[in-house]
Amino acid sequence: MSELGNKLIDGSESSLRAFLDNLPGVDKVGAEGRAAMLGTRSIKTTSKARAIDLAISMVDLTTLEGADTPGKVRSLCAKALRPDPRDLTVPHVGAICVYNDMVKVARNYLDSIGGQSIPVAAVSTAFPSGRASMEVKLRDTLDAIESGASEIDMVIDRGAFLSGKFGLVFDEIREIKALCGEKAHLKVILETGELATYDNVRKASYLAMLAGADFIKTSTGKVSPAATPPVVLVMLEAVRDFFALTGKKIGVKPAGGIRTTKDAIKQLVLVNETTGPEWLSPKLFRIGASALLNDLLMQRMKLSNGRYSSANYVTVD
Amino acid sequence: MRIDVMKTYKLYIGGAFPRSESGRSYELKDKKGNFIANPALASRKDLRDAVVAAKAAFSGWSHATAYNRGQILYRMAEMLEGRTEQFVAEIKALEGVSDSVARKQVQDSIDLWVWYAGWSDKISTTSGGTNPIAGPYYNFTIPEPLGVVGVIADEKESLLGLTRGLAPVITSGNTAVLIASERLPLSAISLAEVMATSDLPAGVVNILTGSKSELIPWLASHMEVDGIDLSGADKKLDGEIKKAGTENLKRIYRFEKDASLKRILSFMEYKTVWHPIGI
Repeated sequence: MSELGNKLIDGSESSLRAFLDNLPGVDKVGAEGRAAMLGTRSIKTTSKARAIDLAISMVDLTTLEGADTPGKVRSLCAKALRPDPRDLTVPHVGAICVYNDMVKVARNYLDSIGGQSIPVAAVSTAFPSGRASMEVKLRDTLDAIESGASEIDMVIDRGAFLSGKFGLVFDEIREIKALCGEKAHLKVILETGELATYDNVRKASYLAMLAGADFIKTSTGKVSPAATPPVVLVMLEAVRDFFALTGKKIGVKPAGGIRTTKDAIKQLVLVNETTGPEWLSPKLFRIGASALLNDLLMQRMKLSNGRYSSANYVTVD
Repeated sequence: MRIDVMKTYKLYIGGAFPRSESGRSYELKDKKGNFIANPALASRKDLRDAVVAAKAAFSGWSHATAYNRGQILYRMAEMLEGRTEQFVAEIKALEGVSDSVARKQVQDSIDLWVWYAGWSDKISTTSGGTNPIAGPYYNFTIPEPLGVVGVIADEKESLLGLTRGLAPVITSGNTAVLIASERLPLSAISLAEVMATSDLPAGVVNILTGSKSELIPWLASHMEVDGIDLSGADKKLDGEIKKAGTENLKRIYRFEKDASLKRILSFMEYKTVWHPIGI
């Protein structure tokens, strides 16, 4: 458990329960209304150009398919470094996100093409269900770190969380965090689509942050709904309040369902209006996506040459 | 006394009938200055949405069997037949022509849909073929649809102009974004209602009403649009449209009134296949 978390709880199941059950409930109508209201903000011209570049730099370019091959991962790495090969002013993406066995492929290839600064994130702990023994989860994580992953995206045990076994979930995150140590950033996936209520999203966010998560992430991308604006708003509020309580800055990563530039810019507005502009950085905000990057690039082309672009001018992933 | 239920003339994008995203509309009057309707004044973003819908529909429509496409076009003719009175009334109101002239126009349009419906499964046979070559190959050429085609509707006879523009484009498997006549848009929206009830998949035809001068430059420069039928555009704009279209080598044509195979083939691309034999 983090030192800061110590101030709020003593690590026992009862202290955890007392803390989480005393969190104020989420005003569902209010949260949805606020997210919808912020979604109507109009971001144009130079602001839009900046938002697009910022969003590109925040993308965790992801491929999590059973059909992934080393070749596909390598081409994704090339795209991560140079999203638009004809325009070198496009920033590189935030990270590459792959399954464990592809970490080495991605790391080696990125290093060989000058992408040393792009981290490789691995989805560990029996992603996406999280249904494996702790021993397997730890081994899985260790395997990813040893292969060169500098970010670990772990899933929580939603079954345990929903049946109120907060201590179990807490200990799992803590153990994985201890394994990551200084070598890897830990992102904790809450899978909000399975948590049923905003209250649960708030509780799970605090639980992950108390246990030492560096980032809290909405979803695996395998469950729908995923990163809806109200869910992200609730998580950002939790991060903001946790910062006020402990002084620790936790990152947020929405993933799943963010496919268009408009969706991405809505997320950035939520960040700016909730946690403030300091979180508008790949260090504290990431967007897990695959198709989004092409739409961002097409919008960028439209801004730079005034013509609506076509999918013929971006890669087929 | 009963209060009239007036029709709201909206756009037709991706199989739905939205208002313009801009919220704008314009006042449409007949030749005598009487109010007729408030059609939507489409913006460039409506055009963008229409192209996205057309692109999304292209794969399904172009891969549907030619026979199936022909059946659907024929179905449109059937639906048009049943709505004859509505089209006659709209044509009379806006074009100021007599009942018999308006009726003739509707009937001619129906016949033209049927004519193009018939070409759907014949065009590749009559225009493609096997090529004699000196080598162990089976070599054949077939015409294939281009993709998304922008159609700028004829200004003269509203329904007939729409049919001349749309039918040859979609019969071969292209999808279309139509910019309706600014002055005569009613038939275009009513035709959308025909399409929505003819099994024509959503997005195969998208119809925008509004200012041609506002929309055409965006259509001409759009990289996702593969061809443009200029027939209803101001001739003075030809140069500008062609220049904007060079960027992605758009096929840009202006047609005479006649119904012809040229109208179909102009928006098709020949593909030649070399297939090894005897190996």
